[in-house]
Amino acid sequence: MATSTTATGRAAGPRPAGTADPGPTPRRQRLRTLLYRLDSKGSPYLLVAPFFLVFAAFGLYPLLYTGWLSLHKVSLYNVNNSQWVGLQNYSDLFSGSLSRFFWNALGNTLTLGLLSTVPQLVMALGLAHLLNYKLRGRTFLRTALLAPYATSVAAATLVFALIFSPEGGMANWVLHLFGIGPLNWEAGHWSSQFAIALIVTWRWTGYNALIYLAAMQAVPGDLYEAAAIDGANRLRQFWHVTVPALRPTILFTAVVSTIGATQLFGEPFLFGGQSGHQGGADNQYETLGVLMYDQGFRHSMLGRASAIAWSMFALLLLLGLVNTLIARRLRRD
Amino acid sequence: MGALPLLHPLSVPDHPLQEPTLNLSETTRPRRSALLCAAVLASTALLATACSSSGSSSSGDAGSSAGSAKITLTVGDFGTFGYKEAGLFDAYMAAHPNITIKEDTTTGEADYWTALQTHLSGGGLDDVQALEVGRIALATSDALSNSFEDLSKVKGVNKGDYLPWKWQQATTQDGRTIGLGTDVGPMAICYRQDLFQQAGLPADPAAVTALWAGDWAKFVQVGKEYQAKAPKGTFFMDSATGMFNGVVSSSTSQYYKGGKLDYKNSPSVKTAWDLAMQADAAGESAGLKEFDTPWQTAFANSSFATTVCPSWQQANIQKFSGDANSGKWNIAQAPAAGNWGGSFLAVPSAGKHKAEAEALVAWLTAPEQQAKVFQKVGNIPSNQGAYSLTAVTDFKNPYIGPNAPTGQIFSTAAKAIQPAETGPHAGDLQSDFSNGILLVEQNHKSATDAWNTTVQQIDSSVQ
Repeated sequence: MATSTTATGRAAGPRPAGTADPGPTPRRQRLRTLLYRLDSKGSPYLLVAPFFLVFAAFGLYPLLYTGWLSLHKVSLYNVNNSQWVGLQNYSDLFSGSLSRFFWNALGNTLTLGLLSTVPQLVMALGLAHLLNYKLRGRTFLRTALLAPYATSVAAATLVFALIFSPEGGMANWVLHLFGIGPLNWEAGHWSSQFAIALIVTWRWTGYNALIYLAAMQAVPGDLYEAAAIDGANRLRQFWHVTVPALRPTILFTAVVSTIGATQLFGEPFLFGGQSGHQGGADNQYETLGVLMYDQGFRHSMLGRASAIAWSMFALLLLLGLVNTLIARRLRRD
Repeated sequence: MGALPLLHPLSVPDHPLQEPTLNLSETTRPRRSALLCAAVLASTALLATACSSSGSSSSGDAGSSAGSAKITLTVGDFGTFGYKEAGLFDAYMAAHPNITIKEDTTTGEADYWTALQTHLSGGGLDDVQALEVGRIALATSDALSNSFEDLSKVKGVNKGDYLPWKWQQATTQDGRTIGLGTDVGPMAICYRQDLFQQAGLPADPAAVTALWAGDWAKFVQVGKEYQAKAPKGTFFMDSATGMFNGVVSSSTSQYYKGGKLDYKNSPSVKTAWDLAMQADAAGESAGLKEFDTPWQTAFANSSFATTVCPSWQQANIQKFSGDANSGKWNIAQAPAAGNWGGSFLAVPSAGKHKAEAEALVAWLTAPEQQAKVFQKVGNIPSNQGAYSLTAVTDFKNPYIGPNAPTGQIFSTAAKAIQPAETGPHAGDLQSDFSNGILLVEQNHKSATDAWNTTVQQIDSSVQ
């Protein structure tokens, strides 16, 4: 924007004074105008081109190649020797031998997504609200909030696996204090999903809280003053001033968390230890990401893994669409 | 991380569990910079360990493979092969001044194999690549066998030296032998003599061997006797999956028959499954997931009295039981001889220095070198010549039944192992069945449900 206005300004500048002095020849003048126009219209494209080139090489090409692979029978150790099978990989997923595992994984991805995303965002909003007050050691608290985010998935998951271990884990010790018998967290359907959702929540709550906090600080103070004069207490201020002002930010974090939840892999994979590759002995926490890894890298069936990848992509598009519809609805309100 | 049978013996214990706790304690430090540093350091340290299965470097020198030119041979392996530990690489380099050997090692076999598969199609292979027994059927199948050189005619390689079944495993249908055996995993049973005594069972290795000699059903029977008088809170076995693998591995008919997957009609699979169900129903099994953290902890907690004990398991027992349980473990013959684990060395056809690599492999797998590795790290040689060496037969494990004839037990078992037909998916099936038994032990499914789920799992992964 800035470059284009100065460029045209300078180009238009000399003309009114140039009647006495012929100045540059008309042809040069035309060339210059053309160059200026190219600069103003073309250079933005040039500047963003590197991103799109990199995206084409590392984003678009793999995407299309995966799509092509998903229509073939390909083994991991012999990628060049593929065999066209049409939509068979997809029919395997939806109704064939893998369907039981695919629908199970899809269900787990959704329940794990809800279990981890919803409490995470609600807690992040609450934390951000608290941190928005003038507190002693505010900077420390804000940094501490980000520490879980800086911890690697592997570190966090392995610590949580110890906490939920059936052999002397902390979670069972706490249950014992309340007189509840020991639980094999990893083996149960809901208990394992709860544990994994807890890891995700622990890691991402602080990150989202900081985003909310940044957005909160952009809310004009006089809105709160006006609300206070009208007799609104802090809770009502939160609901009627903060939350509406944060709506676009909440939408953004919801989209990002949804994408993250759809791709959930590291936590269930590592939490399961020896049976993590299939999301537990009974596939009780196998997500689509884990199923894709299992098919592609353990069973060397790249075609099928690619089909799962494209199904995940379709799922994301679908979720994105739902999200857009909700966003449009909210904007209209 | 991978399936039970696919882990290299000596890589099993290295579950990176100790580091992360440091992380959490660091985060309570009040200063922001310190905190950030700690978090960043801790996570990068973990990343570094998590990603240590770095891509292998291909042979460094571009020079010709002529005799005197200086060349670098890279050896890709996993876990502990013991060559460096036993000083074999140094000895070879001293004898061949023009050769430099670089070991390119990965801790976990599953990570190693994933990388190897990608390198096989994408390039970047080492001059020598190790193959675990769970992968060998796949490596000798038509899909992969042409990626490796035939080693049977290499100078210094004598087919008769190797255990016949071990040689056979690495041989393709058209008679090319693509891997030379390094170690094998003959099975024994390790047991807690103190718990056995408390339960009124004999504690001496010979008497214990006699309790179940020749029949795994007797082993389950002894379990019932143990459980009747068991010390409170203890179980006879760590997991029924270990016994399942033991029963199948000690049979001549396993998952394959006539070149086809035939597990549904395999007598050993049926026997093993039924015995596992019996053991679980009788409450003999602690129901632990083998190699997982709770399983490791249970060793220290003395939660079970026996574990199926391939040679490489000795290191795990000592490591996880700890000094507090020193002198409590002992070792006896398994009801039937079987093999669990062991590896091969192969030379990829894409290598630049194939002749030199082949010579190195032949030397590393010769009896003298295998005996040195055994003495240093305990890998049981696959080379029969080594079994008559006193270094092997007289071996006694100071941690496990100091006076038990451990070397004798393992070398007897290794010689008694009967060859069995195997196939590309044998490793997958072994882990699918282990998982099926867990469904009963941990998820409390009925035996029928668990069997059906296992069959579905197998059907979905075998194309």
